[in-house]
Amino acid sequence: MGWTRKDLLTMRELDAGEITLLVDTAASLQEIATREIKKVPALRGKTIVNLFYEPSTRTRTSFEIAGKWLSADVINFSAGVSSTSKGESFIDTAKNIAAMSPDVVVVRHSSAGAAEVLARQLSCSVVNAGDGAHEHPTQALLDLLTIREKRGHFDGLHVAIVGDITNSRVARSNIHAMRKLGMTVTVAGPPTLIPPFVQELGVKVAYRLEDAIRDVDVIMMLRLQHERMQAGLIPSVREYSSYWGLTLDKLGRHARPDVLIMHPGPVNRGVELSPEVADGPYSVILDQVAKGVAVRMGVLLLLAGSKGAAAA
Amino acid sequence: MSTPARRFREKAQVLDDAALDRALTRIAHEILEKNGGAADLAFVGLRTRGVTLAHRLAAKIAKIDGATLPVGTLDITLYRDDLGIRGTPVIRGTDIPFSIKGKIVVLVDDVLFTGRTIRAALDALIDLGRPQSIQLATLIDRGHRELPIRPDYVGKNLPTSRRESVAVRLREHDGEDRVVIEEPEEA
Repeated sequence: MGWTRKDLLTMRELDAGEITLLVDTAASLQEIATREIKKVPALRGKTIVNLFYEPSTRTRTSFEIAGKWLSADVINFSAGVSSTSKGESFIDTAKNIAAMSPDVVVVRHSSAGAAEVLARQLSCSVVNAGDGAHEHPTQALLDLLTIREKRGHFDGLHVAIVGDITNSRVARSNIHAMRKLGMTVTVAGPPTLIPPFVQELGVKVAYRLEDAIRDVDVIMMLRLQHERMQAGLIPSVREYSSYWGLTLDKLGRHARPDVLIMHPGPVNRGVELSPEVADGPYSVILDQVAKGVAVRMGVLLLLAGSKGAAAA
Repeated sequence: MSTPARRFREKAQVLDDAALDRALTRIAHEILEKNGGAADLAFVGLRTRGVTLAHRLAAKIAKIDGATLPVGTLDITLYRDDLGIRGTPVIRGTDIPFSIKGKIVVLVDDVLFTGRTIRAALDALIDLGRPQSIQLATLIDRGHRELPIRPDYVGKNLPTSRRESVAVRLREHDGEDRVVIEEPEEA
């Protein structure tokens, strides 16, 4: 099984073999984090540009660390402090960066499809680090790696994804990947935050938290963006929290005792997760963050270190 | 994107199971002789068959000397000088569950050829700590070195032509203990 793609844009376009290759590569690279000297020469002489049009701590930092541990040169470019604030367009900025001949451009943008537009414009590899409400493939990969390390396999597992499904790129990437790997997915949330026709992605829908979390192996809680309340999609944060917030009491009454609790971060403590759950023994939220670096090393290595994949 | 796989056929057998076992026994004795015993010794095998050979050498030393030596696994993919030229890098992970600091590390590989793998292994090993010394054991030395590298312990010196291939077959992977020379089938 080889890697032949120039870019990593969506989980939707990958097949199960490609997803498994990405997860396996990341799993093997985790050992580097435990070394005294956290650096291997694999991507020496390669240049990686982080092009972030949306605020991000975890994702941008972990791509930066991943690139540096692989000995690549990493340049960060944030929209707020760049020529974007002087009115330069997305495509113009991209072409200017391309003129500096990077090997990989990592892009985060608020518009769905931004990464794909960039990938068509640039001859170098492009990694989608989140495009609007569309996809966030590296987040799904680190979720998958976390699940496999805790459960040993994918096939037959049942995952509940709870919260604002409509606006979640994390949910979308995970749904595509999990279905391909033979997992069952139930999405749950207030009806205003569940997209119509979501069943066509092959998922079940639940409209009560209790129904969603019963007998599942993994509960993935999503962040509630405060803008959703202003848009009138939920009556109040307090009401959302009382119906959809995961507490120790609800876990104890409805979920399996060995369930894994995941969250892509940043957590709204007391809204979608009570602090006791976020910090509790079933929570693997910090494992997810730690795996983020290994996953991004794997992605960068396969894109920039495979013959043919990144020939710019 | 890889080059079409050439088909090889067996040309000659170099070692049978008894000869392979004798070669490993001799190497185990040589390691103990050269280092004056088993103190501070550790084995690091190169994936995949070097690891198996390292475990066999450790078992032989345990039998001869009674010492239980640590055995680690080294994956040198991230250190290759042909990364990006050879298709998709397959990372299977390094696993050395002991500190190599101050140790006499015996690197173990199945076939020594150009020396480029060993060059990468030396870099990979030194990134993990500062061993007292590094020695090299190989079951087959087939010549054609491209770098100034020579083994400390050799199972068998085997003059080959570049177009041939040497296959080390081990019970744990291939169901038999045997070393053969293969040559490309004519097109």
